[in-house]
Amino acid sequence: MDMLNSSPEMRAAAAASNQTGAPMEQPIKVEIKDLHFYYNNGFEALKGINLQLRDKTVTAFIGPSGCGKSTLLRILNRIYDLYPGQRVTGEVLLDGRDILSKSEDLNRLRSRIGMVFQKPTPFPMSIYENIAFGIRLYEKLPKSEIDGRVEAALRKAALWDEVKEKINQSGLGLSGGQQQRLCIARAIAVKPSVLLLDEPASALDPISTAKVEELIEELASDYCIAIVTHNMQQAARASQFTAFMYLGELVEFNRTDNIFTAPANKRTQDYVTGRFG
Amino acid sequence: MSISSSRKTTNAVMLGLAVLATVVGLFFLAAILVTLFWQGLSALSPRLLLENTPPPNSDGGGLLNAIFGSVVMTFIAIVVATPVGILAGTYLAEYSRGSRIAEAAKFINDVLLSAPSIIIGLFVYTILVIPFGHFSAWSGAAALGLIALPVINRTTQDMLSLVPSALREAAAALGTPRWKTMTHVVYRAARSGILTGVLLALARITGETAPLLFTALNNQFFSSDLGGPMANLPYVIYQFATSADPNWQKIAWGAALLITLAILALNIIARSLAGKQQS
Repeated sequence: MDMLNSSPEMRAAAAASNQTGAPMEQPIKVEIKDLHFYYNNGFEALKGINLQLRDKTVTAFIGPSGCGKSTLLRILNRIYDLYPGQRVTGEVLLDGRDILSKSEDLNRLRSRIGMVFQKPTPFPMSIYENIAFGIRLYEKLPKSEIDGRVEAALRKAALWDEVKEKINQSGLGLSGGQQQRLCIARAIAVKPSVLLLDEPASALDPISTAKVEELIEELASDYCIAIVTHNMQQAARASQFTAFMYLGELVEFNRTDNIFTAPANKRTQDYVTGRFG
Repeated sequence: MSISSSRKTTNAVMLGLAVLATVVGLFFLAAILVTLFWQGLSALSPRLLLENTPPPNSDGGGLLNAIFGSVVMTFIAIVVATPVGILAGTYLAEYSRGSRIAEAAKFINDVLLSAPSIIIGLFVYTILVIPFGHFSAWSGAAALGLIALPVINRTTQDMLSLVPSALREAAAALGTPRWKTMTHVVYRAARSGILTGVLLALARITGETAPLLFTALNNQFFSSDLGGPMANLPYVIYQFATSADPNWQKIAWGAALLITLAILALNIIARSLAGKQQS
């Protein structure tokens, strides 16, 4: 299957996504410099990554399983720190400040960098509490204001109309697609500056996937978004920049339409056209 | 054809054996319960709850002092063992992360889990009864608590390890401090499972006799003095059931029925909670 020739709509989508904004002009939000990552068994999962994530821009990370894209994402909010023995070298600058430094307040950092995981992870509490929980962590607000923030986040995640009647019922009672949008709402309710999405739609049915993708497009106007995906169409549709990774290396990083229509590297071309991976 | 028929034969034989094993098990259970209800129901009367254990060769009497003693000692045991067991289980499951002391503690806890209860009774006798020179309800509660503790500890560990790590990561990704992730997210997810463990521990110690033989012993009279010997249902059953006095035997049947019903109720509640956890 040669997507370069057989899929004009993909090229159109890639081109269109670049016409909407002017991503090149957005300032750099996150700068990754010579990043290496080692698991506690010594395996080097990332081998010197250099790239920039721009503000109000969606950057997609593609590549075969095990290439290190999720690992990269998990460094950006230092969630890897939950597991001792893992080691990282290099620099990750968020607004110019190195977040890998030992003195970094991890809880504060993570409150500024939202993350949505592959499988929906609603907390075992009501829909309202799922979202209010994160807000209350770092802000002391009157109840009325929290109500407003919860509603705004649910509206933004296109979930409000479906749950407004049962906002005090358990979040575990929602469908998988609704749970994932709840998790996105939870992440954006705390007003982070960067949003990390780790295959956010891979566990969802096509209709829910479409809703989540629409949502990502909307969120792109406000956030610096990094999304890991196995779905090439999703990368082409939703992102302005694409990074192709392979065996812990960044093979190619460019504007999405370049990656999908005129990849510079042979391996990138093979991957996006479905010859391997 | 021959393979298929030999498989069918094997299947029929094995199924027959399985059914037989089940029937044998259920027969004895049913026999015990039927006898217990038959004898116990005739012994049941409001008197059981209103009067104390009678002296030998008399009429009437009840179980008031024994029920009171059992409830008090079980209550103290579970109130002390629950927080300790949950905290220890939390440490072992969440915070120790492969340290040698933690691995040793887990192993010892599992040994305690299956330790004969009479050994626990002797242990408490040595450290709480001999030094004070007399039996006491406190030492009875301590022995029961020592039996409940490893059960609660182990269930807490198991239930916490069932909580997916994705949930902990999700909480951490919001910037939640670790302690708050535990109290607000992980405990909530494991709540009904941990509660089930506490109820099962409660059911277990409600019927224990051996640890009380050396600790609370018994008391023919009503006593609320925790520093002295105290009556309790298992000991009364032991003493009355082996006596020659028909009145005592009848009361023992009543006590056996009461204790069985209490344990049955605890198990049913625990099971319904566990079912909730799974759904």
